[in-house]
Amino acid sequence: MKPLALAPMLASVVRRDLTLALRRRSDALTTFFFFVIVVSLFPLGISPEPSILRVIAPGVVWVAALLASMLALLRLFAPDFDDGTLEQLALSPQPLVLLVSAKVLAHWLVTGLPLVLIAPLLGLQFQLPASALGNMTLSLLLGTPCLSLIGAIGAALTLGVRGAGALLALLVLPLYIPVLIFGAAAVSASTEGMPAGGHLSVLGALLLLAIVFGPVASAAAVRIALG
Amino acid sequence: MLDAASLECVRGQRRLFHRLSFNLPSGHVLWVLGPNGSGKTSLIRMLCGLLRPDAGEVRWRGEEVRASGDSFHADLLYLGHAPAVKGDLTSLENVRFGLAQTGLGADAHEAEAALNEFGLAGRERLLARFLSAGQQRRVGLSRLALGRSKPLWILDEPFTALDSQAVELVQSHLTRHVMGGGTVVLASHHDIGFAGTPVQRLQLGA
Amino acid sequence: MALNWWKYAAPQTFYPLAGRLAPWFLALAAALAAAGLYIGLFAAPTDFQQGESYRIIFVHVPAAWMSMFMYVVMASWCAVGLALGTRLSFIMALAIAPTGAMFTFIALWSGSLWGKPTWGTWWVWDARLTSELILLFLYIGFMALHAAIDDVRRADRAAALLALVGVVNVPIIYFSVKWWNTLHQGASVSLTRAPSMAATMLVGMLIMALAAWMYAIAASLYRVRSIILEREAHADWVRQLPEANA
Repeated sequence: MKPLALAPMLASVVRRDLTLALRRRSDALTTFFFFVIVVSLFPLGISPEPSILRVIAPGVVWVAALLASMLALLRLFAPDFDDGTLEQLALSPQPLVLLVSAKVLAHWLVTGLPLVLIAPLLGLQFQLPASALGNMTLSLLLGTPCLSLIGAIGAALTLGVRGAGALLALLVLPLYIPVLIFGAAAVSASTEGMPAGGHLSVLGALLLLAIVFGPVASAAAVRIALG
Repeated sequence: MLDAASLECVRGQRRLFHRLSFNLPSGHVLWVLGPNGSGKTSLIRMLCGLLRPDAGEVRWRGEEVRASGDSFHADLLYLGHAPAVKGDLTSLENVRFGLAQTGLGADAHEAEAALNEFGLAGRERLLARFLSAGQQRRVGLSRLALGRSKPLWILDEPFTALDSQAVELVQSHLTRHVMGGGTVVLASHHDIGFAGTPVQRLQLGA
Repeated sequence: MALNWWKYAAPQTFYPLAGRLAPWFLALAAALAAAGLYIGLFAAPTDFQQGESYRIIFVHVPAAWMSMFMYVVMASWCAVGLALGTRLSFIMALAIAPTGAMFTFIALWSGSLWGKPTWGTWWVWDARLTSELILLFLYIGFMALHAAIDDVRRADRAAALLALVGVVNVPIIYFSVKWWNTLHQGASVSLTRAPSMAATMLVGMLIMALAAWMYAIAASLYRVRSIILEREAHADWVRQLPEANA
């Protein structure tokens, strides 16, 4: 028996959450298939014409990513809150901010990263050119962690609340708007043959802000929810 | 070394307790009693620093617990109402991950020995959701076997759903901890005897 | 001065103070609104391009200003409450929110009314209107979160944290939306491009803004009183009030 330093403890949190996600694959798969299905609905609802698809693709993929991310957030803290493990985390000798960051990282690996990986395939369905596909992947790679970090705040604030799902949407979707705007713009810029670098840089900046401030707010929200 | 000064708890419109104070030196047990709804769990959570008191403060080794944060947590082992056991992890994983979060790294052997002691031999690799309620509680409680290095133990109704053998086991761990200079705070309906150990009784809801 | 402040930080002492102050603010609001509307409807000259319909800006712009100002004030009270733990701060924030939301709604509605005669549509996705819409969601989110949590103390703190997260995000959201707006269309369709401001118009808008501010203070004070009554219903001083025994 030995006291644990910070890094092993954070690794333990990530490993635990990944193990749990692997054992109950339905959560991760639900998010993933939700994303794919929502994206597929838009051509059915709008038009299958290639020129139109190319225009709507960035927005469609991004809105679907927002919604999928939001659905997944309901599983970030709530199970731990219900069975008492979140309290244990709050009583840990290591800073809750870092432990929360570890949880969000694990959560993103399970729910965000798959979206990043499948998006290019979906982009092909929307007749996007190769350059746009690359930018789409990159924008989601930068943007989905943002969504997880910002969304974690809402997830923590709505712990144990009736109707948490709808309330979470109301709280978190307005905060997602900057990520949506720049993420989609990065993709549409490349479909129009314009450079996407500026938009991706802004996304990167938003990600940095989210990394620095998100867990602080989430940890505070967790403490508020616990007492 | 655990002090409470004028604690007050208001739930909804009811004031559950106010001006509640005590001094608990090491080597002592604080036993919190009271009917349901009298604020036992609220008091326990205040002592852990999870709940902010409506008035007053809790001090561990002279420092207010919410302020000292991580250093207080390093000294604390808390077993709450819920067993804090994840159904999708094995008993072994539950013990090891659970202890890791309190800052203690237990290897597989130590964890197995602890589970063994609490009557879960042969069930270490079983997913916790296949265990009965009593067995799940024992998985959570097996952390007591490995938590001796934590001076302060705070337990909320640890004897729920346990058979008499398990109750005795928990009691012996508590006694041993206190004899070794540890401090225990316990909220419990069960009237268990603490042979030879100094016990302060705190009755709520009077 | 510091002593006076702390005395009124208790709901019991603030309650009567709010009751005495509120009618004055209401009276001020009425007077200023009368002056402002006079200027807006009669004194200000007819606009060269937009005719008489532009006069709606005397409602739209002050409402928009107030909606943003009140969100910042609300967030400030939340910050004070989280930092100092004073119950009244949270009550103030909660009291301000509905009025803030109302001004946001007025800004949106008046913006829509302006858009119809000017641009022929009931809604325009320009930067200001879109930001106002998002601000409305932020206000509603604050009130919804507070209402959804049963424990009042936890509700106060959770909503307060949300307001702080919101106030930090509002500039980011505003600039993102503004940028998005310029990306997708020329600057021609914009309700923020008011007709060139004659001095009278500006004065009119400022007076209306002041009127709105006075009204907001009065409404908040009345609401604070009713929230205090709700929360302290079990206290002796409340039970002895004439209004409680009516």
